[in-house]
Amino acid sequence: MTAVNTAPGTGPGPVEHTDRGPLTTDELAARVARDIPPGSYVNLGIGQPTRIAEHLPPDAGIVLHTENGMLGMGPAAVGDEVDPDLTNAGKVPVTELPGAAYFHHADSFAMMRGGHLDVCVLGAFQVSHHGDLANWHTGDPDAIPAVGGAMDLAVGARRVLVMMKLFTRDGAPKLVPACTYPLTGTACVSLVHTDHGLFAPGPDGVRVLETYGTTVARLRERLSVDLLP
Amino acid sequence: MTTTIAATADEAVAGVEDGSTVLVGGFGLAGMPFDLIDALIRQGAGELTVVSNNAGNGDVGLAALLKAGRVRKVICSFPRQSDSHVFDELYRAGRVELEVVPQGTLAERMRAAGAGIGAFYSPVGVGTPLARGKETREIDGRAHVLEYPIKGDVALVSAHRADTAGNLVYRKTARNFGPVMATAATTVVAQVTEIVPVGEIDPETVVTPGIYVDRLVRAEARRLTVQGAR
Repeated sequence: MTAVNTAPGTGPGPVEHTDRGPLTTDELAARVARDIPPGSYVNLGIGQPTRIAEHLPPDAGIVLHTENGMLGMGPAAVGDEVDPDLTNAGKVPVTELPGAAYFHHADSFAMMRGGHLDVCVLGAFQVSHHGDLANWHTGDPDAIPAVGGAMDLAVGARRVLVMMKLFTRDGAPKLVPACTYPLTGTACVSLVHTDHGLFAPGPDGVRVLETYGTTVARLRERLSVDLLP
Repeated sequence: MTTTIAATADEAVAGVEDGSTVLVGGFGLAGMPFDLIDALIRQGAGELTVVSNNAGNGDVGLAALLKAGRVRKVICSFPRQSDSHVFDELYRAGRVELEVVPQGTLAERMRAAGAGIGAFYSPVGVGTPLARGKETREIDGRAHVLEYPIKGDVALVSAHRADTAGNLVYRKTARNFGPVMATAATTVVAQVTEIVPVGEIDPETVVTPGIYVDRLVRAEARRLTVQGAR
């Protein structure tokens, strides 16, 4: 990718990748994977974030946690490997890697809440410019609320990364001034990885770190959040 | 009291009363005590409050108990799934009450019950609808919400193997809520695929000591996986 650095003022500014389109889901998963340091203990949320595992370098010593009681989770099980007693948080049969450990649910969430997990990656309905997260409930009166481990992860992991599309199918931004969906956690998101850009929410607002197939100026037109200069 | 070994699942769940709070182990179908639930359906207790991670998968296990109309309320973290049609229908018809609890808080509330803890402060859920109406306190500069224990009248869990003293070992992620629920109910019933004489389980590997287990029954593993999981 050709990078055009349009740093305004001093310090490093956003890197605009304008010679390409938005990231595909696979490219996005690979981009998130690059933000996971070697040797980390990591929880990948159910849904799209599970695809990040395919992009983690096998020699980086990254250990995957699944909240249903395992460290050292391996890839999805196929054929004879399928064991109903061994699943991930999405209930998909998985495998174990050498060095794996099993533990019960209270221990699994103690290691999360206790700040022992380095990184978690979650999907999101909305993220606010201060890093509030909404990812468990649309608030629709007909929807059945289901939170799972999302609130525990949002509060417990040392760094919470979000992986999501920047816009809904109807074109509404999912990076917003304030979440309109019920919250999962407040001021908990470190980085928002999206198909159009990489964002860092914070107390002062959102910084754009990278763009894909667009520019900061164009994102400013499409988003209702103030992007920090 | 020492552990008794029941000849059948029906004998193992005898005496469960209407209106009981029943802790049901399992995460999806992994660790689901199928035979104990089927026996509870035959036993007939109703108006139950069920505490479990999910609210049933497919038409088996907890879903079958729901379908039989025995459950008044479900306390769980994640009711809505690819195959939770039994619960979905009852919930939408207003025939079952739902309390959603963050998964780690659910586990910890049962752990607290088993450990004699009166209540605890947790940072999970602060600022969300699930903390509404709960007492909060700032501790070390961070907001926490007060959570109370969940105690069961009965716990139904599934483990891999037991010895005749009731010591349990589990298998892989089917362990999940079993060890916590086994501490948190007045009567704890475990189904296991194998019961061996004392001395055959290495004491260093025991996960649930027999002190927690009241009744044991042997049952075959059903080897079911959640359909449509992704």
